[in-house]
Order: sequence, then C-alpha cells, then structure tokens
Amino acid sequence: MYAFTYQRPTTVAEAASAIQAEEAKLLGGGQTLLPTLKQRLARPSDLIDLSGIPELKGIREVDGGLEIGAFTRHAEVAHSDLVKRVIPSLAGLAEGIGDRQVRNMGTLGGSIANADPSADYPSAVVALKGLVTTDRRTIAGDDFFTGMFETALEPGEIIKAVRFSRPDKAAYAKFRNPASRYAIVGVYVARFGAEVRVAVTGAAGSVFRADAFEAALAADFRAEALNGLSVGADGLNADIHASADYRAHLVTVMAKRAVEAAG
Amino acid sequence: MANPNGIGASVRRREDQRFLTGRGNYTDDFKRPNMTHAVHVRSPYAHARVLGIDPADALAMPGVVAVLTGADMEADKVGSLPCGWQIHSKDGSPMKEPPHYPLARDRVRYVGDAVAVVIAETREQARDAAEMVVVDYEELPAVGSSTRAIDGAATLVHDDAPGNVCYDWHLGDKAAVDAAFAQAAHVARIDLVNQRLVPNAMEPRAALGEYDASSGEYTLTTTSQNPHVIRLLMGAFVLGIPEHKLRVVAPDVGGGFGSKIFHYGEEAVVTWAARKIGRPVKWTADRSESFLTDAHGRDHVSHAEMAMDADGNFLALRVSTLANMGAYLSTFAPSIPTYLYATLLAGQYKTPAIYAEVKAVFTNTSPVDAYRGAGRPEACYLIERLVDVAAGVMGMDKTEIRRRNFVPADAMPYQTPVALQYDTGDFAKNLDIALPLVDYPGFQQRRAESKARGKLRGIGFATYIEACGIAPSNVAGALGARAGLYECAEVRFHPTGSVTVFTGSHSHGQGHETTFAQIVAERFGVPIENVEIVHGDTNKIPFGMGTYGSRSLAVGGSALVKAMDKVERKAKKIAAHMLEAAETDIEVKDGRFTVAGTDKSLGIGDIALQAYVPHNFPLDELEPGLDEQAFYDPKNFTYPNGCHVCELEIDPDTGVTTIVNFAAVDDFGNVINPLIVEGQVHGGLVQGIGQALYENCVYDEESGQLVTGSYMDYCMPRADDVPSFTVRYHEDQPCTHNPLGVKGCGEAGTIGAAAAVMNAVVDALSDYGITHMDMPATPEKVWRTIRDATPALAAE
Ligand SMILES: Cc1cc2nc3c(=O)[nH]c(=O)nc-3n(C[C@H](O)[C@H](O)[C@H](O)COP(=O)(O)OP(=O)(O)OC[C@H]3O[C@@H](n4cnc5c(N)ncnc54)[C@H](O)[C@@H]3O)c2cc1C
Repeated sequence: MYAFTYQRPTTVAEAASAIQAEEAKLLGGGQTLLPTLKQRLARPSDLIDLSGIPELKGIREVDGGLEIGAFTRHAEVAHSDLVKRVIPSLAGLAEGIGDRQVRNMGTLGGSIANADPSADYPSAVVALKGLVTTDRRTIAGDDFFTGMFETALEPGEIIKAVRFSRPDKAAYAKFRNPASRYAIVGVYVARFGAEVRVAVTGAAGSVFRADAFEAALAADFRAEALNGLSVGADGLNADIHASADYRAHLVTVMAKRAVEAAG
Repeated sequence: MANPNGIGASVRRREDQRFLTGRGNYTDDFKRPNMTHAVHVRSPYAHARVLGIDPADALAMPGVVAVLTGADMEADKVGSLPCGWQIHSKDGSPMKEPPHYPLARDRVRYVGDAVAVVIAETREQARDAAEMVVVDYEELPAVGSSTRAIDGAATLVHDDAPGNVCYDWHLGDKAAVDAAFAQAAHVARIDLVNQRLVPNAMEPRAALGEYDASSGEYTLTTTSQNPHVIRLLMGAFVLGIPEHKLRVVAPDVGGGFGSKIFHYGEEAVVTWAARKIGRPVKWTADRSESFLTDAHGRDHVSHAEMAMDADGNFLALRVSTLANMGAYLSTFAPSIPTYLYATLLAGQYKTPAIYAEVKAVFTNTSPVDAYRGAGRPEACYLIERLVDVAAGVMGMDKTEIRRRNFVPADAMPYQTPVALQYDTGDFAKNLDIALPLVDYPGFQQRRAESKARGKLRGIGFATYIEACGIAPSNVAGALGARAGLYECAEVRFHPTGSVTVFTGSHSHGQGHETTFAQIVAERFGVPIENVEIVHGDTNKIPFGMGTYGSRSLAVGGSALVKAMDKVERKAKKIAAHMLEAAETDIEVKDGRFTVAGTDKSLGIGDIALQAYVPHNFPLDELEPGLDEQAFYDPKNFTYPNGCHVCELEIDPDTGVTTIVNFAAVDDFGNVINPLIVEGQVHGGLVQGIGQALYENCVYDEESGQLVTGSYMDYCMPRADDVPSFTVRYHEDQPCTHNPLGVKGCGEAGTIGAAAAVMNAVVDALSDYGITHMDMPATPEKVWRTIRDATPALAAE
C-alpha cells in the first residue's frame, strides 16, 4: 500500500468537498478498494472514509418499497427484518455475497459504484426498478450501469441511497464462482403486476435485462415458459471458470430457478 | 489404560489454546532490536536474460539500507541451493542438476524468480524501493508445461539439460510386463493428468536472519518443517557456515503440507544479508509470493495400462509418466515421482509384474516438490482410476475386481515387484468395514431416486497404501537420498519429576505437544501437564530430520520410545540401589519400580530426585542424572492403508457436484490419540477433495504466467463444500517393526480421497458412456462432458 491521507468526514457535504482533492477516493467497506491498494494497483492521494456519515446509513420503508443508505453493509441488509418482510429476495441476495467477513464490511454503495461485472447488487438495482440517489441527482437503475466497472456517476459523485420497488414476486438465483464466490451468473427475476423484469449479472461486461425472457414470463410466469430460450453466448464473459457458452446456458438455468423460487 | 491421558486417549490438543487465542509465536512475530525488512525483486517474466540491474533509484529511497543482487552473492562465494536426492536415468547417467542460486545471476526461469533483495527500515519502505530497482530483461520464449517442454521445438530452460529432460528413469521388469501383456485376455488403458496444486499453508513462508559479530554465530528463524535439515543444507552447501556457528529455529509454523520441507533461497538471503549489513533481516512472503514461489505439488501426465486374464486377475501394469520439476530442482523434487510414486504402483494389488517409466522435465514454472502425500496420491489416483476402467472392461463390480486382486492378509509380509515390502495390512477387512458405512447394496435404489429428481448419483471406491516414515537410511541412501532418515529424541527428567522431551520431529499442525506427551505420560505414569515437548531449535535438539511423509510418530515416536527405554534402564538401576535389591528383581509398571514379590516400590519422581541428589550413589557404577538420548533408524517404511468411499450427486443442468457421503476406513496401526487422528484424516480428505473438485494451478502455456495467482481464481475447498465425514480405523494390523506399532496418518486422507471422488464422478456419468475425466471436475467440465456425450443436447 502506498501512503495516503486518511479523512473521515461526518456529513455528505464534507465528503463532497474532500473528494475534490485530486486523486482522492471514497472508501466504503473497503472490500474492493483495500485489496487493490494492498496490491499497489491504485495510488490515491486521500481516502475519504464514508463510515462516519449517519445520513448514508440505514434501511427505511418508503412508499412502494425500500430505501437503503449507501453505507449499509451487506450483512445488515441480509439480516434486516424490514428487508425480509418487504423484499425478501433482496435479503437473500445480500446473504449470498462473498463470505461472512465480506458481508460484515462491504456496502451497497461501494458495490454498485464499483460495478464489478460479477457483483450481485447490480441485478437488484435493475430488476427492482432501482433509483440511485447521489449528492447531485437521482439516476434510474436502468441507466446507472454503463459498462464493465463503469457507471453513470461523475467523478466525485457520492451515492447516498438506493430505492428499490417492492415486487409482487421475486427471486435471485446465483451460480457462484467456486473460488471467489462472486456471481458467474446471477439472475434476478421480479414481477410487478403484468410486468416482469429479468436482470442478469455475471454473464456479461455489465448487468443486462433479458428481454426475451421478460416477454415470455410476462405471458406465462412459469419456468417452463423459458424452455428453449437463451441469451446467446455472443459477447458474454469467458474466463478459466466459465466459457461464454456455459454462461449462456447458466443464464437460462438460473432464470428458471429464480422463477421457481419466486413461486 | 492406567493414565487418563495415556496412549489411546482423545486428549484435546494442548497447543490449541495458544493457537486459537492468537498467542502462537510464528516467525513473523519475532522482532529484534535494529531489525530490517527485506523485499525481493522478482521476475515478471517466465524466462528472460538479466542484462543488468540498476539499484541507484532504489538506494535513494527513504529508509533503504541495501540492495543486493546475485552478483553480490557470487562475489561472496554463495553456493547453489542443493538438491537432496539424486536420480539416475535408465542409461545410468546422473540426473541434470543445474545450479539454483538464491538470487538469479544472469537468467530468470519462472515468474517470481528472485533477482535482487531490497533491505530497508520498514517493510513498506522496502516495498516502495523494490519497485524502483531497474532490471533490464531480455525476454525469452517460455516453456509453460511439461508436454511443451518435450515437444522438440521447445526452448531450453537450462542449456545443459538437452530436451529439457532432468532424468529419464524406470523401475520394474519390462520384459516380464511385455510378456504378460502379450498373453493378456483383456487390457484396460487410461490417460490422465494429475494437475498441479499450490500448497497454500495458512502461514506464508518467512525467514529472519541474524548475525552476532562477537561470537560469529548466525541464527535463522524460519518457517520450516525440519530446521536441522535447513542448517545442514544452507550451512554446508550455500553459505559455508559450520553447524556450531549456525542455529536454525523453526518456531510455531502454521502448516506446511510439504512446502516447508525445502531449503528456499530467501532463507539463505536473509542469513547472508544479516552479516553483510550487520543487522537482523526479516522477510515474510505475502500471499501472492506464496502462490508464485512456494514449491508446488503433483503435475504428472501419465499413461497406464493393466493386463488382465479372462477372470479379471491383474497380470501386469505398465505406466509411463511425465513429471514436471519446474524451473529448478527443489530439495527433494527428484525423489517424488520416482521412489515415492513408482514404488507405490502395486497399490493393494498382487499384480505380479510392474514396469514404470518416469521422465522428469524442466519448465518455466515454480519448482515442484513434495506436497501432502507426495507421489503417493499420484500413484493411488492412477491405479484406482485404472482399476475402475478395468472393472468396466471386465463388466465386473468395482468392489469385486478389487477384492479379487488384493494382496491377501496372509501373504504379509509381501514383496511387491516395485521394491517395497509391505509388513502388514488386511485390505479386504478395510473394504468389509467400509461397505456397510455407505450401504452399498442400497446404492442402486438411491441412484434411481436421484434420477427421479433429475440428478446423477455416483459411488466411487479408492483403496490406497502408502509408504511412510521414510525409511531405513541404508535403503534411502541406496536409492539416491543424500541424507539419513532417522530421528532423534532426548528425554530429560528434572529433579522434581517433570519431564522435558526434545524431539527432532517438528510439529506444524500435527499436535506433537499432545501425542508425544501422551506417550511419556503412559510410560512413566506422570501427569501429562508435567511433560513438555520441545522441538524446532537446533540449539536445543540434539539432531533431527523433521516432519514429512507421516513420519513423526513412526520414526520420531520410536526414537522417543528408545530414549524412554534408556531412561527406564537407568531408573531401574537407581531403584535397585535405593531399594537395596538386585536390578533383575525390579519390576516396572506405569512408572512404578517395585521389588518383585514385595510392597517395596518407588515412583519415577522419587527416582528422578535421587538421580540429581546422589548422596550415596556408588559413583563407579551409577552416574547421576536422568537424561537420555536416542537415535532411531527404522527397519522399513510403514504402510498405512485403507479404503475410501465417496457418494455424490451431480446436477446435470449446471454440472455442480455435491458430495453426499464420504467414508474413510484406515489402518494406521496403533492409534495414540483418536481425536488427532480423526482431525488429520478430515484435513487430508478435504485436501484430496479439493484436488478432485476445485483446485487447479494453471500456468499460461505460452507466456508461463501464473493464471491462478490468487484466491479469486485458485479455488480452495471450504467447510461447506464437504459433508460430515464417516471416519473409522482399526488397530488389528499394527506395524511389526517399530515399538509403538504405529504407521502414520498425516497424508492418508489426501491420498485416497481424490481417487474416490473422481471414481464417483465418473460413475455418476457412466450412463453417458464416460470412462474418465481429468481433475478438477469443475462444474463447466462436468456440464460440457455431459453435453458433448449427449448428441441431442450438443445439437441444441
Ligand atoms: C473475498 C470477496 C468476495 C466477494 N464476493 C462478492 C460476491 O459474491 N458478490 C458481490 O457482489 N460482491 C462480492 N465482493 C465485493 C464486495 O461486495 C464489496 O463490498 C464491494 O464490491 C465493494 O463494496 P465496499 O463497500 O467494500 O466498497 P469499497 O471497496 O470501499 O469501494 C469500492 C469502490 O466504490 C467507491 N465507493 C464506495 N462507496 C461509495 C459511495 N457511497 N458513492 C460512490 N462511490 C463509492 C469507492 O471509491 C471504490 O471505487 C467480494 C469481495 C471480496 C473481497
């Protein structure tokens, strides 16, 4: 790790001014950023630790769903009675992230800001019609993820909270990487009345919606409705753990499992 | 059992209190006044010429004390890291043994090969400065795998090893094997890869070098399984320090699995540098360095054939193996695919003729050496996979073909056609115990139930035998070992009756502080709390060969018994003197020395006190003191053996394999501490399962880059990946040639498990006509295999 200046503001406004420093970086739970620093792959001048800002924390029930502060740890979401009651599939997703240590440290804001192609939360942000509130504006979940490790966030923009809509039925099915436990493929299926959203993470450079799956499920919300459907291997990720065609296959399998779990 | 903490008691590990509460004392915990920190500059290339090293920028960095290179070591006449075992090729020529310098001189040969060391006041400063060392490399084509090494066009890893061959060795009677194959009614064949593994000890390697200018003494504190061996190798061959001026300490060591047997360059670097800069120098690997530079394990590519008669009796086995040595010969590397592998190819079977050829090659990858099981898992995997294929060829039940070919218990001692003589073993009995544990008769029904749920169920058997306690020095010497393989123990009774045991064996997770104390407690009736086990310091322990090859109890424990015999003999003399009886009239039981037929007796505590307060000793006949030392050189290897059974379920939609039941039946001879034995088996099984389903060390064939250089890509097995194991052992076949009748249990789990799992995987896929799959059986591999075997699916 290279030397840096550590700052721990107590308000978003303070954080927003601190992050103006050239080469400054926001620090969430540190589960992605700190390993990067330890491996000397990044060299920030300042780390602005968000852990001391009360307004970034907490889970609230809001009209039509939940609002979760950006600095809410995965474990808090996983164990929250409120989340379990309002959107149980979201608690399930959080419980399946990494391992216990990672869940006790990692945060929602850090996860979606990082936009790792194999992270779990991006699928929830898209499937649950998320709204990402920052210190500057509100960004629709559908517009938030713009590419591999890329988001609509501007430099220095701070995520304050994410709003998730409450679906009628939903489930997240994850095929985890046996080594890292990230998603090789994760499929979040959510049904809102006649509308069905199918958000796929892990498979491609960024989370995406499987349109054909959505249409089929809107017509018939049963796993069998997906028989014969595939997102196709073109453009999907390939690595030593999973080739593109295996990922394409898993998307269908996981989508079916999510539909079955959603009931 | 007289003593509640004696032999056979499941005494909880005494050392765990300190380990679990963070009070262990590991090499990296040591701090010395004025200590400096070393960071190595390592090659980013698998193969390159080093044209120059410019330390100027690094030297200008804050806190930097020195930047040292291979040229500095050369100027100080530092030698090459020695290899401890010499193999001769078929043609009688000695193996190629290219030099392996602690800091590379003009060429680097694997990613991670060290070219310089930066020493600074803090570790971070050393790291900062290491990035500023400018190394001018000229990249050379790399050899990333063993098959590439011998493809004719390959670059030479070492100019003096033509064809990249280290040795081309064989064992067994080729003519007899050829003749048997000519007559065979059936032949089973298999091609398989035993993939490379990274050892992944929890504690990374570390070394702390010190030099005392007033006495001229060096001290190396290091993560070693065998400090005396390091003292010998480093002192005599690398740095030229005589033993009496070199102390090597291996304090608490957090796991080794073989990878900490070897003498590594960093140990020599910190010891040499400590004198050069006149300050202590500490180096601790980070996890990335562990992945790159710990000696890896396995890495075989093999072809094997079994000749059978019309009834499925094995007639002959023919094996040819390509073994990857990596870039340099690690300390015991040459012995692993030869005398610890080919000699085990008989397995539990009475195959009358066996011939094995092993070609060992150099590649631009990390050195490969012993890793838990070391050669024996490779042998077991090959035989047991081949036997399953043979069962398929014969249309026989997999247990039946094994039973038919087992060496019968009444044939013991049994001379195999590949050099070893098994002393004991009842292989049919192991199987008999195992079958009810897994309800073998009910398997077909369970398979049908799984199928009804869309799952594929398989059951797999593996029988294994291993040669442990690595063996008489004279045999090892004849086979090329450049060391003896005995062990040493000293038992020191103190005046008040407490005992300190000094053992040359080394515990890095095995629990010696408990088991060795149990043996003493049992023998002398002393409370276990009064027995201290000391190991891991060449200044305290008379001598030692350390711990590997499941040898601690079989060899180190035997040395301990020998030393206790001497103590008892002496104590008897003292008792006779004190009780005014003839020595021959003294009877000894549980530490009480009684004059036969009387109630006159003394405890060992009374005797110890007298030994140190010899007010009326007949000094001509009886020396004061009660402190005895013994060396034990075994008469033979020991032969732990067993039968492992794995039952698993495969989800054909995803290719995920879930182990539903795993039973291990082992014959370890006598068992000192069942709890520790069970723990060793559990850990071993998980490591074997890890190889079968998860772990895979991947190098890019072209570039020689390590692809699986972190836990993001190198998949370790976790607690929730494995079922609750059913572990049984029996003590009906104690070892016949050591005093405790013990065989060793440290590696068994790893040896049997991988084969049992893979046999179960292939069994589960048998409906698709699958007869083999290479490890690890990852979800994608399983899914693809199913898909490719199903024309309808493949067409989809
Ligand atoms: C072993 C391991 C396993 C893991 N497994 C999984 C898994 O299975 N699934 C999964 O989804 N993730 C997984 N993760 C990642 C984990 O969820 C991380 O928590 C997450 O990626 C980053 O969140 P963080 O709070 O730790 O952010 P940090 O690491 O602190 O920061 C990550 C990035 O986000 C930025 N950032 C942080 N907070 C904000 C904010 N409020 N506004 C704007 N930018 C911000 C930082 O500047 C940085 O660029 C794993 C991580 C590890 C180490």
